[in-house]
Amino acid sequence: MPKQPKGVVGDPMHRVDGRLKVTGAARYAAEHPVAGVKHGVLVTSTVARGRIKQLDTAAAEKAPGVLAVVTYRNSPKVPGYSDAKASNNPRVEGQEIKIFYDDQIHFYNQPVALAIAETLEQARYAASLVRVAYEQQPHQTDLAANLSKGTEPKKEKDYSRGQAYAYRTAPTHLEQEYGTPIQVHNPLEMHAAIALWEGNKLTVYNKTQAPKLAQQDLMRMFQLPEENVLVHSPFVGGAFGGSSRIWPQETAAILGAKHVGHPVKLMLRREQEFNLVGYRPRSMQKMGLGASADGALVGVTHEAFGNSSQYEQFAERIVHPTKSAYRTPNMNTVYKVVPLDVSTPCWTRGPGESSGSFALESAMDELAYALKMDPVALRLRNYAETDPENDKPWASKHLRECYERGAASFGWSKRNPAPRSTRQGDWLVGQGMSSGIYKSERQEATAKARLMADGTLLIQSATADTGPGTGTIMTQIAADASGVAPEKIRFELGDSALPPAPIQAGSHTATSVGSVVHDVCVALREQLQNLARNQIGSAFSQVPPTDLVALNGELQLAQDSSKRLSYVDILKQQNLPMLEVTRQSKGGPELKEHSGKSFCANFVEVHVHALTGEVRVRRVVSVVDAGRVLNHTTARSQVLGAVVWGIGQALMEQAVIDHRYGNFINHDLAEYHVPVNADMPEIDVQFIDKPDPIISPTGAKGLGEIGLVGFAAAVANAVYHATGTRVRELPITPDKLV
Amino acid sequence: MADEKPGTPPENAGHDGNRRDFLKKSTLLTAVALTPGPVVHAAEAAWDEKVAAAFEKVPLKLEVNGVKHKLSVEPRTTLLDLLREQLHLTGTKKGCDYGQCGACTVHVDGERVNSCLRLAVMEDGKKVTTIEGLANGDKLHPMQEAFVKHDGFQCGYCTPGQIMSAVACIREGHAGSEGEIKEYMSGNICRCGAYSNIVAAIQDVKNGGQKV
Repeated sequence: MPKQPKGVVGDPMHRVDGRLKVTGAARYAAEHPVAGVKHGVLVTSTVARGRIKQLDTAAAEKAPGVLAVVTYRNSPKVPGYSDAKASNNPRVEGQEIKIFYDDQIHFYNQPVALAIAETLEQARYAASLVRVAYEQQPHQTDLAANLSKGTEPKKEKDYSRGQAYAYRTAPTHLEQEYGTPIQVHNPLEMHAAIALWEGNKLTVYNKTQAPKLAQQDLMRMFQLPEENVLVHSPFVGGAFGGSSRIWPQETAAILGAKHVGHPVKLMLRREQEFNLVGYRPRSMQKMGLGASADGALVGVTHEAFGNSSQYEQFAERIVHPTKSAYRTPNMNTVYKVVPLDVSTPCWTRGPGESSGSFALESAMDELAYALKMDPVALRLRNYAETDPENDKPWASKHLRECYERGAASFGWSKRNPAPRSTRQGDWLVGQGMSSGIYKSERQEATAKARLMADGTLLIQSATADTGPGTGTIMTQIAADASGVAPEKIRFELGDSALPPAPIQAGSHTATSVGSVVHDVCVALREQLQNLARNQIGSAFSQVPPTDLVALNGELQLAQDSSKRLSYVDILKQQNLPMLEVTRQSKGGPELKEHSGKSFCANFVEVHVHALTGEVRVRRVVSVVDAGRVLNHTTARSQVLGAVVWGIGQALMEQAVIDHRYGNFINHDLAEYHVPVNADMPEIDVQFIDKPDPIISPTGAKGLGEIGLVGFAAAVANAVYHATGTRVRELPITPDKLV
Repeated sequence: MADEKPGTPPENAGHDGNRRDFLKKSTLLTAVALTPGPVVHAAEAAWDEKVAAAFEKVPLKLEVNGVKHKLSVEPRTTLLDLLREQLHLTGTKKGCDYGQCGACTVHVDGERVNSCLRLAVMEDGKKVTTIEGLANGDKLHPMQEAFVKHDGFQCGYCTPGQIMSAVACIREGHAGSEGEIKEYMSGNICRCGAYSNIVAAIQDVKNGGQKV
């Protein structure tokens, strides 16, 4: 390989789609111009379990502008619904919810009718005229009251090494229960879909983290071949896991469009966002930690319960951090999923890991106090040099440096460990820390690179950009690997017709798609080098490839940069209208031989009002080991976002079910609190920025989730330090402190 | 001078003609012959005199981004839905419909408002500026530039509302300090968590002294 000059990877390049986003030109799901589109508004159930007894759509159908009211009585059939295999979304166990299929109600807010009209106002009015009566059956929506119904999920088996429950034998041990509430993604863009049938061909404009998976879901449900289903989702107004599968709004729009013979557009209402498109399940957890007097962990036990629906079993990685975070000879984890009369949860930023880490990292803090040890020292005492879960070497791990840099930047050494030891006026001051661990993997992905005659480069891959800046880092990777300047590169994503890419989730887009973009651009450059070297009479004909540098759309002789040949000229000389290369890649066996993880250390200062119990996060230092940083601006933004989510999770976010009715009672953004600008502390984000040698050729590891994992525990630990009160049930609201 | 441009629908139905005349003129019915069953059914139902009342529209004059529109809107149509669905200005975003998120922030006669909480008919004769009207041709408004420079967004959905709010925040004189900016920008939720960068962008524009 030739020695390439320093490229643009790592630079704080502005987003390639920034201009579209600040001018309002970026089009989100409901904003695509589709000729003749009609508007759909959903009517949803007002009981959690039962059947539809009466359904009166007459008034709605007579209302002005109404084309139809679709219900289970008149809906077109979903062919896949009649087949158990086709009704299984392979990423969860069970049978997916069937829209307008029968009279059965499985959860509160289940769609029962779709009013379709010429205008949004007419559709909304028509929806209000639909009358539904239910035969109600008793429902169960309370996890705590149904723990006995929990079962070991098929996708997450219990784990043990050494002796189970060995923590009880340790000289210092503790056993505590922790809980996390239902948290709702609440992206700012409410889920929407426009469905369009052209004969047997289906086009769906939606918001998805996975154009290919969405396409596969629709192929499975509607029994259509790949070429008949197109999913288009170029911009996604926030997802956080909530756009990871086909949800009722897409299905309803598709069925509606089929029924009326026109395209149908449907946007969920904010209250429908709470349970029609997934949420983070409630968790109830028990941690057992035991250590010898010097802090060495003797045993760890983590038991967890989470809720799912009656029709699907959603399992998450709630006990995963516990298995790998610290060295201990004895470890066992137990996880059970409880079916309730609610809709199926789904992956929510830092899925599982962030709930599980709240318990683990809170318990580690409690153990540190029990041992009279510094919490950082306790973590270093049990530092894992290899992955304790499977004894594999880490692909890379710089957590020790995260602790050191974080502690130094934060001023941790000046902390008086005694709870309630610092006060500023009416405010109690506390400092806490935690650490985070999250998988860093690479999946198979495909990309196509097409060099045009004018020297511009088009890269295509069916990935998504839900906000991290996918198109931007891919442009940077492509620039360095191809030698084409970034401003001449266009990266296309968000469409199922593009070369296949995995879902944008689980922090693996930079590693999976980034790797194949790197590979395809290297292949393109090599082809250009070969063309240049094989050209008769070429100045480069005798030059070994290692002496050729690719830069600014040209090949240059390493020793003499005045000898150069542009890509445009190479194509011209070869009479090529363009040069196209496609690559698929998933990495080699080294991936399986190593444990890939990203790490972080969080340091947090809180002020707690001594009288009201109000908690303000004042200062955050977050140090992240996510391999090489591909773009310092967008990477920092991702961690800022994780901190904001962490503050929300720690202090305010909680969707409350009224178990009498089985519905969410705080189903809007006034009652379900998310952090706003005034809640922001001073946030210092730092990266270790050392390339990972295993996971991807760019040296990147996963970044999207890691900043959130363990963060809520750092807040809870700081609140304990400030007040002497240990809050083990999130969120930490004032009532728990006064 | 602003252009005079008809909005959607093109003709002013007015209050003067009787309802049947209005209905006959309406685009819905002229399309009956070409439309499938459900539409015809709806149209036939619409002949009902009582239902026809619901069709009644109100004339509305509105200047949007310097363009004068003569519109005819249903009284129940919000300013937000008018912008997005009838004028096809989708830069203004719908995030909740309850005035809780700020994504739909526009300027009406220079003041920031949540357009989801305004009925369009309330704005008769007023000037509306949306994100599409902020730049000067190809030249971005300083606040748009600053949002790009400071990475004041991720997914971009709350961004038009944040920018419209940010411009108003400075014009109102509420950008005097970091704390003041945070307080006066707290009506605009950003779920991606770009808040710190948004504050930096606003401070940059404020300190740069450019006219906003």
